[in-house]
Amino acid sequence: MTIFGWGVFKGMMVTLKNFLTSYFRKPDEGGIFTVQYPEEREKAIENFRNFPFLVYDGSPEKIRCVACGICERECPPKCIHIEMEIDVAGKPTRKPAVFDIDYGLCMNCGMCEEVCPFDSIFMDHAFEVTAPERNEGLVRNKKELSKSNEYFQKVRPTLASSIDQKRKAAEEKKKAAAAPQGVGGQAQPPQGQEPK
Amino acid sequence: MEIINALKNTDETQILEINFGPQHPSTHGVFRMTIQLEGEKICGLKPVFGYLHRNHEQIAENLPYAAIMPYTDRLDYVNALANNFGYALTIEKLAGLEVPERAEYIRVIMAELARVVNHITVIGFMLNDLGAFFTPLLYAFRERERILDLFEEITGSRLMNNFFRFGGVKRDLTNANLAAIQKIVSKFPAFLKEFEALLTKNEILCMRCQNIGVLSGDTATNAGITGPVLRASGVNYDIRKVDHYSIYDRFDFKIPLGEKGDVYDRFYVRVLEIRESLKILEQALAKIPAGEIINKKSLPLLKMPRNFKPPVGEAYGRVESPKGELGFYVVSDGTPQPWRYHVRAPSLINLTVLEEMCLGQKIADAIIILGSIDIVLGETDR
Repeated sequence: MTIFGWGVFKGMMVTLKNFLTSYFRKPDEGGIFTVQYPEEREKAIENFRNFPFLVYDGSPEKIRCVACGICERECPPKCIHIEMEIDVAGKPTRKPAVFDIDYGLCMNCGMCEEVCPFDSIFMDHAFEVTAPERNEGLVRNKKELSKSNEYFQKVRPTLASSIDQKRKAAEEKKKAAAAPQGVGGQAQPPQGQEPK
Repeated sequence: MEIINALKNTDETQILEINFGPQHPSTHGVFRMTIQLEGEKICGLKPVFGYLHRNHEQIAENLPYAAIMPYTDRLDYVNALANNFGYALTIEKLAGLEVPERAEYIRVIMAELARVVNHITVIGFMLNDLGAFFTPLLYAFRERERILDLFEEITGSRLMNNFFRFGGVKRDLTNANLAAIQKIVSKFPAFLKEFEALLTKNEILCMRCQNIGVLSGDTATNAGITGPVLRASGVNYDIRKVDHYSIYDRFDFKIPLGEKGDVYDRFYVRVLEIRESLKILEQALAKIPAGEIINKKSLPLLKMPRNFKPPVGEAYGRVESPKGELGFYVVSDGTPQPWRYHVRAPSLINLTVLEEMCLGQKIADAIIILGSIDIVLGETDR
């Protein structure tokens, strides 16, 4: 039989111990770990995904997206809208004329990143997304979504470099395949494959 | 003056009906209870829910199978991985997909970490409802944050993980991840010890919780209650032991049981369950084999989710979510979308005995009884 109130006393000792040791311990061992957010920032975790963006190589005209529309169809909340560019002859150019993503609707699931066969759409780290207006304000168009490969390398270095390697290898293979057979002999490489 | 005198001379009191919620912070979301009070005693209680209804089932019936996975995260947003687990299990049953060994281990590790997160959150919030204002909750959140950081590193998101795939998982655990999990697992018992010293023997907590909101084992069984609420009433029923789904039969762990079925038992069973989860984690981390993380057959489905058409039939898959039996019922008619999709949400079914537990108790205790059931409105209202 213990004294009534012993449990309360012991509990208070725990809080006192935590209060005092928080000044001496390291942040990950029970010390003070508050991050003064706008001034200080935590190191971003590479796999963190937020909103999608489009990757281009070199200049924004060389966007990797070919407007195949797979992400548009697979997107669970249907927040992507794509229209293919058509040149003067009325032929589709395999480039998006319109590429809109409604960030207000996007639920950050990462499905577009997974299904994209052209390594063109990826999830960004930017989470401070605001808009002055509720309906149209959060819709991002092609120009705003396009970001350079360097930016991609910066936010997700591991994934970006593995994808760069993959693309390089595929290009070399394509070159090697095209060289002995001449131009236009081979059927379209997987790059140009149109989805059903 | 005459009225007051008249009231003084009679013992009869007026029954007062109050609406508790839906914007009350202690209802863990948007939940309303219509309570009939006689003085301070509860003589009637009706739970009213549906404020967070988002048409989950109907949305799912219009989506390809794989696209439902991120939506299941939003059911019970405190432990999204258990929902992923249940849904993946159901579809694997429906389509007859095998899961590689390593993926099974990763699944169990992630699900048990999610259980730890869920229980620690529930305990913290319950103590907060009791009046232990924010200190225990923040201690709990400090530990939770470490696990959530790990989730962010592995799955890409802290809460909406979207990590499981049909026939495997999305991403492999690296050795660094495994070491981080091991570190958390080995440090956690010290935290639990501190947490128990903080409150489990606290006289005020015992007085507020013991013999409050008693739920007998018979009532619980008849009402279909599952999870820690049922086990606190002394009924030994855990789907991990009953069904042996995934690879749970390979681990050695006990099912903690309560005696009386009061609020204190429900609180303490959860503390003990964290210890058992840590045991499972230890064993899984020691035994995790190398190998593939996803079934070869389902690899093309990752690139083309719309082409996934399970054979005509139906399947019911269930897991022991931290809140109880979480079941998914899916009927396929051979098209890319499910013909019928139903979720058996443990929070909703556990709520049905709320009136039974609250009758005769004081109004202040209704809050902790509700807190001890552990509801998440995202799952209740769907």
